[in-house]
Amino acid sequence: MAQIFHHSTNTFSKLSIFGAVFILALLLWLFGAFSRSSYATQAGVDREQPVPFSHAHHVGGIGIDCRYCHTSVETSAVAGIPPTKTCMNCHSQVWNSSPTLEPVRESFRSDRSIEWTRVHDLPDFAYFNHSIHLKKGMACEVCHGRVDKMPLMHQQASLQMEWCLDCHRNPEKYVRRREDVFKMGYEPPADQLAFGLHLVKEYKIQSRTSCSTCHR
Amino acid sequence: MVGLVLLAGACRQDMHDQPKYEPLEASKFFADRRASRPLVAGTVARGHLREDVHFYTGKSGDQDVTTFPFAVTREVIERGQGRYNVYCRPCHDPTGYGLGMVVRRGLRRPPSFHIDRLREAPVGHFYDVMTNGFGLMPDYAAQIPARDRWAIIAYIRVLQRSQYATIEDVPADKRAEVKK
Ligand code: HEC
Ligand code: HEC
Ligand code: HEC
Ligand code: HEC
Ligand code: HEC
Ligand code: HEC
Repeated sequence: MAQIFHHSTNTFSKLSIFGAVFILALLLWLFGAFSRSSYATQAGVDREQPVPFSHAHHVGGIGIDCRYCHTSVETSAVAGIPPTKTCMNCHSQVWNSSPTLEPVRESFRSDRSIEWTRVHDLPDFAYFNHSIHLKKGMACEVCHGRVDKMPLMHQQASLQMEWCLDCHRNPEKYVRRREDVFKMGYEPPADQLAFGLHLVKEYKIQSRTSCSTCHR
Repeated sequence: MVGLVLLAGACRQDMHDQPKYEPLEASKFFADRRASRPLVAGTVARGHLREDVHFYTGKSGDQDVTTFPFAVTREVIERGQGRYNVYCRPCHDPTGYGLGMVVRRGLRRPPSFHIDRLREAPVGHFYDVMTNGFGLMPDYAAQIPARDRWAIIAYIRVLQRSQYATIEDVPADKRAEVKK
């Protein structure tokens, strides 16, 4: 019987067996790159909001502290989104006839909440708590980026598990003094690692990587 | 087969958004769409009955109190300084003259804390302003817990004193430094 495949196909089949490893690796890499991409994590994407609230104006421009609006951030798991009353503290007088702010006034009159579009949202099987991070010297800026430069809020970090773990394994890379956690535009000292290790000791920061820390 | 695996991989949204409410999430169940329920009027959490009239209202009878409900220590003043800078500075400015950033953008200018009337006002008056508002000034009862409101008053007293300090207030051994 004549051979169906020419002798040269042997090289082909050898090549393709060898090549499959690379093809698989390429696919895996693509998958990894995709799931870390901002398309999958939604990092860096500005969200439409019912009122174009600008952190750049309020924090960067007027210099209002985060806690004026996110009052519970130091004491509880959630930072909280301010109620309409908080906006009206100023906007009953400032820009009180601006059409942009009509939804805020409408909400205040009718006592119906403004429905903000959520920007950060961990899956419900992961537990996060703001207060401990602030107590241990982790700054808003490290996780949320330069909020004072955001005309519309977007997510800065990927919020993936590897992002949490990177810091939980090496908190000394990010830690600051407690006085500085609300600061934007902070310059870490040149010897951040040495300084960080010192603070890790002072604040008794532990490296928390057991699964039940976050999946509880 | 590959298609099936990919499809199965896509079915994970149920564990990502479980049928429980997160704080402040929108609700389809309640008419006002709030999952975080407002308190029913008159609710008192256990241990939070506001028995201490002095502490919670700053009044005795209908007079503003003139004393603090707890001892003012260095920690209290430092706490007050931090809170003042968060909640009052935007309008009253860091030193209390009433020229904060929001005032520069069009809000009515509040009175300076350094006028005689406010220097002589009892502490209870400040507490009342923060708790119930005053004229155009909004109330801060929801944003600032009672203890912090007292701490802020302690700090305002420090500010007021600071603008009328004389050399007699400086300890004798530090006077040389100040005069430089
Ligand atoms: C004047 C009030 C105000 C101040 C001050 C303020 N915020 Fe906000 N913040 C809001 C409002 C309102 C929203 C919801 C609308 C939005 O997402 O833009 C919000 C949303 C956010 C979110 C996104 C929430 C989500 O949906 O995931 C983050 C993060 C945030 N703020 C961080 C900060 C930080 C950090 C600071 C201080 C540097 C700060 N904010 C100061 C009012 C404020
Ligand atoms: C401490 C005072 C203060 C608070 C609280 C505050 N704002 Fe403002 N807001 C201002 C000032 C002052 C401006 C004008 C900004 C400027 O001139 O740079 C402004 C501007 C705005 C504008 C732009 C108005 C326009 O027509 O372009 C919007 C929108 C706005 N604020 C929304 C909000 C919302 C929503 C809240 C509540 C979460 C809020 N603000 C809370 C002081 C405040
Ligand atoms: C260690 C990282 C980290 C730090 C530090 C941090 N955040 Fe967040 N923040 C998050 C994550 C993660 C979420 C999403 C939580 C969720 O979906 O349950 C979030 C959510 C929020 C939200 C919206 C939802 C909520 O919890 O109410 C606001 C507002 C917010 N952060 C403000 C702040 C402010 C203000 C600070 C600084 C005082 C701060 N954050 C510091 C990681 C951080
Ligand atoms: C920038 C650094 C940093 C990032 C990013 C970070 N963490 Fe943390 N986290 C810490 C530190 C520091 C502690 C305090 C550890 C200690 O000393 O107990 C902590 C503590 C915690 C705790 C409390 C542990 C306990 O026993 O109560 C939880 C829960 C947690 N982190 C969840 C998360 C999650 C979920 C994410 C990602 C969405 C995250 N963290 C991202 C630094 C970080
Ligand atoms: C520091 C907090 C933290 C710790 C510790 C942690 N995780 Fe996670 N984990 C997360 C977060 C946050 C997510 C969600 C990531 C996302 O949305 O992409 C997650 C997602 C996951 C997922 C993916 C679920 C899905 O559908 O994508 C698995 C599986 C998982 N974790 C298992 C583990 C195991 C096993 C451990 C212990 C070895 C562990 N985690 C430790 C924070 C943590
Ligand atoms: C949004 C701007 C704003 C903020 C923030 C603010 N105030 Fe005021 N405050 C005012 C205005 C406006 C007045 C003048 C009210 C009037 O006379 O109608 C005022 C008046 C006062 C007065 C004088 C009352 C009198 O007897 O004349 C006191 C005391 C006072 N504020 C204390 C505070 C304290 C304490 C804080 C911080 C917790 C604070 N304010 C935050 C705007 C503000």
